[in-house]
Amino acid sequence: MMNTHCEERSDKAICRRLNRSPRSFRSLAMTSGLGDRLFKNLTLLFALSILAIAAAIAWELFKNSALSRHAFGWSFLTRQIWDPVAEDFGALPFIFGTLVSSALALLMAIPLGVGVAIFLAELAPRKVSTACAFLIELLAAIPSVVYGLIGVFVLVPFMRVYVQPFLIKTLGFLPLFRGPAYGVGMLTAAVILAIMIVPFITTISREIFLSVPIALKEAAMALGATHWEVVRLAVLPYSRSGIAGSVFLALGRALGETMAVTMVIGNRPEVMASLLAPGYTMAAVLANEFTEATSDLYVHTLIEIGLVLFAITILVNAVGRLILYKMSPYAEPH
Amino acid sequence: MKKLFAGLIATGLMAAGPLAWADALLINGAGATFPYPIYSKWFDEYHKIHPDIQFNYQSIGSGGGIRQITAKTVDFGATDGPMTDAQLQTAEGWTILHFPTVLGGVVPIYNIEGASGKLNFTQRAISGIFLGKITKWNDPEIQGSNPDIKLPDAVIVVVHRSDGSGTSYCWTDFLSKISSDWKSKVGKGTAVNWPVGLGGKGNEGVSGLVKQTPNSIGYVELIYASHNNIDYGRLQNKAGKFVNCTLASVTEAASSIADKMPEDFRVSITNPPGADAYPAATFTWLLIYKTQVNKDKGQALVDFLKWMLIEGQKYTQDLGYAPLPPQVMEMEKSAIEKIKIK
Repeated sequence: MMNTHCEERSDKAICRRLNRSPRSFRSLAMTSGLGDRLFKNLTLLFALSILAIAAAIAWELFKNSALSRHAFGWSFLTRQIWDPVAEDFGALPFIFGTLVSSALALLMAIPLGVGVAIFLAELAPRKVSTACAFLIELLAAIPSVVYGLIGVFVLVPFMRVYVQPFLIKTLGFLPLFRGPAYGVGMLTAAVILAIMIVPFITTISREIFLSVPIALKEAAMALGATHWEVVRLAVLPYSRSGIAGSVFLALGRALGETMAVTMVIGNRPEVMASLLAPGYTMAAVLANEFTEATSDLYVHTLIEIGLVLFAITILVNAVGRLILYKMSPYAEPH
Repeated sequence: MKKLFAGLIATGLMAAGPLAWADALLINGAGATFPYPIYSKWFDEYHKIHPDIQFNYQSIGSGGGIRQITAKTVDFGATDGPMTDAQLQTAEGWTILHFPTVLGGVVPIYNIEGASGKLNFTQRAISGIFLGKITKWNDPEIQGSNPDIKLPDAVIVVVHRSDGSGTSYCWTDFLSKISSDWKSKVGKGTAVNWPVGLGGKGNEGVSGLVKQTPNSIGYVELIYASHNNIDYGRLQNKAGKFVNCTLASVTEAASSIADKMPEDFRVSITNPPGADAYPAATFTWLLIYKTQVNKDKGQALVDFLKWMLIEGQKYTQDLGYAPLPPQVMEMEKSAIEKIKIK
């Protein structure tokens, strides 16, 4: 969709930077075989190393969870029991907690993150936009234990005193919003997660919105489109796969987040319908119990939880990309 | 670029700092986090007296300590719960000895709306609360032993440790001894299948949740409660008396069962018979190989153990740990003789 005029201009810029005329640049590209090959192979090596690391992690997790895989089989994924004393384990509550808290967090973070990005890229004055973008990137750099502490001391009391009683009063007829208001719980964890992943979505989406060709927007405006219509008809369709990329990155962080979640989720390995009830996640139970796990089966079980988390992360990402690919035939699958 | 190199060299030198001790004998250990403050104090003081010996202790948790000494990657381990027979067997031919070093207590903390003061918990009350059988603060089992405090008709929120810990081990060991229901349904361990409640990470997580959640109850280490001025309740001991957790009542728990102390020191001292003994107390142990293959390290460990029993115990009270009772010290002195240095 890039127009050729732009491309020509950028070619010239590269030539200028290399201090060569376009012609000598072309001849250079044809003659310098060794350097190019070296460069290509080197980057290929880098790319392969990522694959190798992922494969090595998967293999180690698989190998070191043998005892638990043999003891519990596939039912490990569907059983709801966590008894370290009797050494009887099932991962369902943790899988449930991880998926629900991450999904809820995305539900809150996507509109918020994309909305902020649209404002910063399309509507806000340049200076405000740059300053805000800097602050948002700063949010991404805050250690998760700090988010956890903010969660424990600010968010949890706020949820217990205001949000949860309100939800129970107004939406309490739904099983989703029943039970006592502890403050901690699935919903609180999702809110903290949402705050943590908004910067990922906003920062990347903003960059993508800024890279939408001016010509597209100008064309829409020339047809008499309002600001909203420009965003809806020109900016968003062009950036769809980029936004999705930012969402996957955010989802990756949400699925694997440990410290902040364990501090506010209540750490109860039980599947409960209510979002106000305490829950538990895979990453949290790993962090909590690994240091004190002594028996081999216990350690292997925890490693199997890691394996399940690894598999679910890959699965969720794959499914997400597939949906994206099916949804927009023109979008390149990243 | 030059600056970068200078920076790299500087960090390199800093990282190489510990190498300056290379002439001192380095003894590596790993394990329990609960005794970490006293151990680092001891190792520091001992290094001052014996500059040629340097202890390096990593507080990675009791489970990690047991795993490391079983895998022979450290010179000594440390744990808040004694190793089980099965664990000792996996150490393959390397006999591991337990040496109690100090004592700790676990106390119930609570936050009740409209009620303050030291509560008395009968054994039935505390086990009932953690089993989820006693659900209201004004339950006769709790109210009955606290006639001066008006307890509200409010639901009890139980808070426990979410991370595996020696504190949980001591607490569940205590609950197992006072309640057959707890023993059969839950059992004891660094992490258990809690019948009710919310999980908080670490002592600070539990006390944070208790502080913030009205009508809640949890348990933390005595040291944590006293350093942070958190009020805690009294527990009823085996003799039926409500005992406040102090360093003296914790040491009393150990001395009241000293005559029944097994030779390998692997003993639980929860719910002991002594009239003034606090019922939720525990030893913490150093784990040492019976046969020391490195002569210098073996000798250094033996010397340190002897120093720890006499000089070391003087530092305990300042740091909030209960010292060993004299009977146990005497037993340990003869046990040290069992260590063989090749």
